[in-house]
Amino acid sequence: MEALQAQTSLLRLTNIRKSFKKNEGDEHLVLDGVDLSINEGEIVALLGRSGCGKSTLLRIISGLAKPGSGDIVYCGKPVKGPTQGLAMVFQTFALFPWLTVLENVELGLDAMGVPQAERRRRALAAIDLIGLDGFESAYPKELSGGMRQRVGFARALVVEPTLLLMDEPFSALDVLTAETLRTDLIELWLERRIPTKGILLVSHNIEEAVLLANRIIILGSNPGRIVTEIKIPLSHPRDREAPSFRQIVDNVYELMTQRPRDAAAKAEVVPISHRLPEAHVIQLAGLMEALAAEPYKGRADLPELADQMGFGVDKLFPLLDALETLKFAHVEGGDVELTPSGKSYVDADILRRKEIFAEHLIRHVGLAAHIRRVLDERPGNRAKEDRFLRELEDFFSEDEAESVLQVAIEWGRYGELFAYEEGSGILSLENPASSEI
Amino acid sequence: MKPTVQITRRTVPNLWDVMAFLLVMGLVTLFAWGSRQMAVPYTPGEQIPLSLDPTHLPMYALRTVLRMVAALGASFIFTFTYATLAAKSRRAEEILVPLLDILQSVPILGFLSVTVTGFIAMFPGSLLGVECAAIFAIFTSQAWNMAFSFYQSLRIVPKELQEAAVIFGLSPWQRFWKLEAPFATPSLIWNTMMSVSGGWFFVVASEAITVGKTSVTLPGIGSYVAQAILDRSLSAIGWALFTMLLVILIYDQLLFRPMVAWAEKFKFELTESQDAAESWVLTLFHRARVLRIAAAGVSQMWDALTQRLPRLPRRPVAFRETSPLLAKLQGFVWYSALCCGVTIGAWLVVRFVGSGVDPAEILKVFLLGLITLARVMILLVLASLVWVPLGVVIGLNPRWATKVQPLAQFLAAFPANLLFPVAVFLMVRYHLTPEIWTAPLMILGTQWYILFNVIAGAAAIPTDLCEAARNLGLSGWRLWKKLLLPGIFPSLITGLLTASGGTWNASIVAEVVTWGNTTLTATGLGSYIAKWTEKGDYPHIVLGIAVMSLYVVCLNRFVWRRLYTISQTRYRLD
Repeated sequence: MEALQAQTSLLRLTNIRKSFKKNEGDEHLVLDGVDLSINEGEIVALLGRSGCGKSTLLRIISGLAKPGSGDIVYCGKPVKGPTQGLAMVFQTFALFPWLTVLENVELGLDAMGVPQAERRRRALAAIDLIGLDGFESAYPKELSGGMRQRVGFARALVVEPTLLLMDEPFSALDVLTAETLRTDLIELWLERRIPTKGILLVSHNIEEAVLLANRIIILGSNPGRIVTEIKIPLSHPRDREAPSFRQIVDNVYELMTQRPRDAAAKAEVVPISHRLPEAHVIQLAGLMEALAAEPYKGRADLPELADQMGFGVDKLFPLLDALETLKFAHVEGGDVELTPSGKSYVDADILRRKEIFAEHLIRHVGLAAHIRRVLDERPGNRAKEDRFLRELEDFFSEDEAESVLQVAIEWGRYGELFAYEEGSGILSLENPASSEI
Repeated sequence: MKPTVQITRRTVPNLWDVMAFLLVMGLVTLFAWGSRQMAVPYTPGEQIPLSLDPTHLPMYALRTVLRMVAALGASFIFTFTYATLAAKSRRAEEILVPLLDILQSVPILGFLSVTVTGFIAMFPGSLLGVECAAIFAIFTSQAWNMAFSFYQSLRIVPKELQEAAVIFGLSPWQRFWKLEAPFATPSLIWNTMMSVSGGWFFVVASEAITVGKTSVTLPGIGSYVAQAILDRSLSAIGWALFTMLLVILIYDQLLFRPMVAWAEKFKFELTESQDAAESWVLTLFHRARVLRIAAAGVSQMWDALTQRLPRLPRRPVAFRETSPLLAKLQGFVWYSALCCGVTIGAWLVVRFVGSGVDPAEILKVFLLGLITLARVMILLVLASLVWVPLGVVIGLNPRWATKVQPLAQFLAAFPANLLFPVAVFLMVRYHLTPEIWTAPLMILGTQWYILFNVIAGAAAIPTDLCEAARNLGLSGWRLWKKLLLPGIFPSLITGLLTASGGTWNASIVAEVVTWGNTTLTATGLGSYIAKWTEKGDYPHIVLGIAVMSLYVVCLNRFVWRRLYTISQTRYRLD
């Protein structure tokens, strides 16, 4: 096994760096020093929180985007653009709604200039393989999500890619459909019914990654770089309930929540430069209530919690980040535990909850405290949101700055620290109850 | 191998085939015969005999339709090239898009006044020159709008589809036909159909035109009506109205509805819409077996053809890298050329207008523009006061909405200038002042845009919201203020925007109307342009057109576009 892997590397990335330009000519670093290789016969899963650059990395590998620096070698040749032998399955399917299933599947062959008879034969074979026969002449809008993604798979497989790239292919599907499709894919792969030699799967579902991959690569954020790599020695088909499986899942959770331990979220006050997670107040309240209730009674195992709530990493982790930032909960060793103030929040009534939230917000979130201070100092107690956006753009890209400010505004409005008017973009201390009518 | 099997099986034509075949062949024969008439010899000044005998009307109608078809073809070619260029090249975009925006604001009949002599000179001794001038005028009523729609669609092609196209290695040609053109189709078809509807007005207006000493009548419904006005024949006008009604009905049934229904297929949505557009003609073509096979054959031939096109090898380097120095140099050359062009253009206009116009005249023209502006705005407000309540009531009742909606679209297509003589006849008879009573003529044809947009808007208000409002006990004025008016606001703005443009355009023909040798003139920028067009005084025409364009551009920028932005951010229902 070792010898085989050593001789055939499908794809090798060395020292990939990528940054985007910000408005004032500064650069915002998205990926930094990424080294990665995919060998023949491997399924590699790329895990990371949202915004860690995993999509960007996938786009660089597929030749859709150009890396700032670093080398990509695919089958011994440098990648400098879209390359034959690489196909992609998209999260949103990316089917052409005006083409039938058959025409969608034929798309890649058409582009390669395969003659029509041959094209049709191969497309029908791929359709059969993926279990779509009977739907050849249907349009994508007639199909359910699962069937649509099957078309996405057939379209990718029909060009007989050496390396198959998958961008969160199951995340837009419901739990049952996703599971069936995963099983079908892994069967095709194990029985060698597809000529594909390697698969790269981008995912934010830890269990999915452990279920499918031979190797998991965890990408950290700000900037994205490889944090760690885990080999999964389990043989297929894998049993989700097996202790060895659970052990790996626990392990991955722990590795993925480890990063903030020494980082800003653990600080008493998070500075303005901290990327506030996109978490809605109502979700935070819901999660705290769930944590406080049976069976957790204030402390929960993360995989179990994620499973019960049906959350992937992309949904659960921002909430945990937010609770930690606000000091309502504490994450350690793959477990989450409510703090005493978290418990008192759950026990309080609606108005008291707002007060507790406001206290924590101003004490622990630098940005919220900063906004409040500026408004207090201004003669009219009013300020434009642009003012704060400019400040945030010293630390974030334009989009990120906007999303961070949005979060701060939502939290601040809930805690009644300040008011906000969307149309004019003005933050103020006005109490809406007194100003209207 | 299923689809090929389908083709070899059951090729016996069915009844639908016979009907579809007859329909297609009939149209082809008509067009072939009509287009032969377009290039007959002609010398300027020669009067083309026009007969008021109603039996000639079908032939005249055909000529009118042919002009429309030719203009439409030209508009499509323009759209595909101009809009694609604007969407693909950043440099081109910087100049082409603002240019399009200005062109959209230039009064369409203004183009006609300016270009007719040039076109006649281009085809000496043939009627084709005059035909081209008319076709060009119609073209200007369609092309800008279509190109804009196509350009905007190209800009918003979903990113993941673009990525899929790149990953699966589609060539630019394939990407255009498989991705970009289909994605733009629904919006393009809708805009085309709206433009064609508006175009009937201009085809009628452009058939009888006098620019200075060049007075031309092209055989068609418009010139027939012009002749009828000269001869004060109400009965001839009645026949013309009836014929136009039939033409629009056929256009509506054979072109508008099938096209819109067909475009449904290209809508970028992942659920099937409940109230998809339908058309009996489209159904007929779908059911016609042989025709369908023929269509499949054509598409296979097209495929085979494009497959044989010299294939560019997959570009080994997809990321274009130009050195920053070269890029700067290119930019410098481009912008210098642009500056030169703009300066020369401005200088030409100033010199040309200055050569024949007194500077004091310019202020006068601006004041005239103000009068026309006042007319346009008052009319839009009045029309809204009438059509908004009616439209909402109709739109909230699905059964009425499905009946009235096509009717309003039909009325919007009907060239209102055919009705002008009737109105003038009444004004003359009852001694009504043209200053006020010509004004309704301006909005006669364009008010329907307000109506059918409001109907569509009201029909789109979610039933949940209506039920919630009823549940909360909202009624009367409060219901309108809190739900209905905000709910239709975006569609009302769209309707007003279209109507406003059409009304400005109509002012050129509506502010001066004639009946026999009686001419009624209302003070305004429209009548100013009409007057100087008749005298063939180009500096004055250019001044009038420039001022009107300026007014329209400012109105669009400062009123409509702002309202539109507000409607899209605050009042969007989704």
